[in-house]
Amino acid sequence: MKKMMLGNEAAARGLYEAGVRVVSSYPGTPSTEITEYAAKYDEMYCEWAPNEKVATEVAFGASLRGARSACAMKHVGLNVAADPLFTLSYTGVNGGMVLFVADDPAMHSSQNEQDSRHYAIAAKVPMLEPADSVEAKDFVKEAYEISEKFDTPVIVRMCTRIAHCQNAVELEDRKEIPVPEYQKNPQKYIMAPANAIRRHPFVEERTRKLVEFGETSPLNRVEKGTSSEKGIICAGTCYQYVKEVFGDTVPVLKLGLVNPLPEKLIRDFAASVDKVYVIEELDGIIEQHLNKLGVPCVGKELFPLIGEFNQATIRAAFGIAQPKSVTADSEIPVRPPVMCAGCPHRGLFYTLAKNKITALGDIGCYTLGSAAPLFALDSTLCMGASISGLHGFNKVGGAESEKKTVCVIGDSTFMHSGMTGLVDIAYNGSNSTVIIVDNSITGMTGHQQNPTTGYNIKGDPAAAVNLEELCHAIGIKRVRVVDPYDLKQCEDAIKEELAAEEPSVIISRRPCMLLKYVKPKPALKINPDKCVGCKMCMKLGCPAISIKEKKAVIDATQCVGCAVCEQLCKTNAIEA
Amino acid sequence: METKNVMIVGVGGQGSLLASKLLGFLLTEEGYDVKVSEVHGMSQRGGSVVTYVRFGEKVYSPVVSAGEADFIVSFEKIEAARYANCLKDGGKIVVNIQQIDPMPVITGAAEYPENVLEELKAKGVFVDEIDALSLATDAGSAKAVNIVLMGRLAKYFDIAKEKWIAAIEKLVKPQFVEINKKAFELGYSM
Repeated sequence: MKKMMLGNEAAARGLYEAGVRVVSSYPGTPSTEITEYAAKYDEMYCEWAPNEKVATEVAFGASLRGARSACAMKHVGLNVAADPLFTLSYTGVNGGMVLFVADDPAMHSSQNEQDSRHYAIAAKVPMLEPADSVEAKDFVKEAYEISEKFDTPVIVRMCTRIAHCQNAVELEDRKEIPVPEYQKNPQKYIMAPANAIRRHPFVEERTRKLVEFGETSPLNRVEKGTSSEKGIICAGTCYQYVKEVFGDTVPVLKLGLVNPLPEKLIRDFAASVDKVYVIEELDGIIEQHLNKLGVPCVGKELFPLIGEFNQATIRAAFGIAQPKSVTADSEIPVRPPVMCAGCPHRGLFYTLAKNKITALGDIGCYTLGSAAPLFALDSTLCMGASISGLHGFNKVGGAESEKKTVCVIGDSTFMHSGMTGLVDIAYNGSNSTVIIVDNSITGMTGHQQNPTTGYNIKGDPAAAVNLEELCHAIGIKRVRVVDPYDLKQCEDAIKEELAAEEPSVIISRRPCMLLKYVKPKPALKINPDKCVGCKMCMKLGCPAISIKEKKAVIDATQCVGCAVCEQLCKTNAIEA
Repeated sequence: METKNVMIVGVGGQGSLLASKLLGFLLTEEGYDVKVSEVHGMSQRGGSVVTYVRFGEKVYSPVVSAGEADFIVSFEKIEAARYANCLKDGGKIVVNIQQIDPMPVITGAAEYPENVLEELKAKGVFVDEIDALSLATDAGSAKAVNIVLMGRLAKYFDIAKEKWIAAIEKLVKPQFVEINKKAFELGYSM
């Protein structure tokens, strides 16, 4: 049976068919759906872990106990999981283990454009890169064979255009893999120096064997062309763009095993064509390998290091005419993502902006507080960095800074890696004011549960972390909860906690209004007789409010009746 | 056959994912090789969203680039113009004439270009305008804009109407099937 599947859904199907028993992940676009789809199969235990490091270690434990396991993350998630990964390379696996990493060229939903292939090289683990949903499923199954045969974790590299593209996939049955009796093996799994020293030569030998494997594995294949004038080496999405432009005319070496890279296969391919082109998004990693082999090629001198490619990129590089196209004459205003109407973050950000408070931000929907017209944030670096950054900021700025600087972090991000920063604030004493915007869900990635919500990945009730008690236990005495729909309450809390001579946490708590259980109130209306067109309500940046003929207008299809705007209106023109 | 390209564009939250799912399912049933490319995550929040549907004997690239689209189905007026450069010479735009102000227009930093569709028409672009929001409301739900537009697109496709209806029955939640069938009919017949 064939089914249209996203690359991520196909990857999850691959896990199911490969007999995987445990999947642990932290959500991150574009990797999230791998674990969401995996959780639909009852044969696999799936979970949202607090962060990618934990997820990878859970997968390690499951592998140690003898089962096939997986974890999935976005590219920056691998930075968090790098610590276990590098030593997992030394221990190898018991049950097969796969780590998915999803890169995001063009940064559709990310803070940087890092190329995860560097991790496979640095950690000396094999990496497979599928080029569509069919390969996503097949490569996952092959990854487990490689993992167990070569005693190594295997990385499967996805990217936005593979993860979020559907094509038809043939479904096959699940192969159950029995879990053997547990046997202790300290020489292999206790990576203290005496053992690790013996494992390192194993890792180097394994890489040598994997290079050999890659020379003949069907993961890497040569597709003949009708002319040998040029030959193209590529992998993943770039393969699709190359085929789109050249069809079967140009010989192509398509790499599926992108680390370690083959040598003889590349040399032989290069010898069969007049000129070799290496086409790869982001960094010139395959190109550097050819340089090392002494095989002349054209790569990054012709193709960008930045952003996503498409067929037009390939045509442009080879001087092939682009199809004719038209554009409108008027300038089309940009349409950036915005906080939704009724977003609980808005009232808080308005209060910060109004009081000209410096705010270090974090990763989540609330990063949108940095946009016009609120401009409420000063920095966004990585998961958890707002809290630790605030501590460092205040250590330089001293009391003056402590009185007018806060950080803003979401509930899920706080659980991911914000807690440790708060420990630093309590332990090393800065009078910092931390705001946790608790919308009771992991929002930006599309509503995943997290350890504070009281539900697990399947939607079943689970233990919930009590944020107030957690902050107290960390050593913060001043912890208070505010409703961000109540502007006065917000402002009072922020002013009082900034003034306090000790660290404090404000929990701005209200569930995301897109959650199914949150029932919107009737839309508010502007009374045009009372509206004087002062635009106070426009300062909120609510997508439901606009100005038409010098009066404010509320779009009833968007308004959820949060009434934050009503609190700003000086003429009481906003009515229920 | 040469690969055909459809772009579905609009504002995050307008339901374009269901439209692309419907189209992808239907074309696969028709025996085509199909790729449907979506963007999830950040751009969902009221941002400009684009989905690519490509079908033919063998589809390689998951995306459509400038001058390649046979159809652009737009859920909003200026979104049609934003992606108009992707339209093939002789391609068609099917557009819901609804206006949704983007944030720069709301804050007064930019003007909403009212006449973009006229500009495109003046350049010889085929533009089929439809008030999909009103028709969806008539059908029973403002959320059915996506299916009204699919109904309109169906007019230009060589696939029997019954097959579109069967796909709706297959993919839409049972309680919404009737509304969506009505929405499809309105889009198709107007």
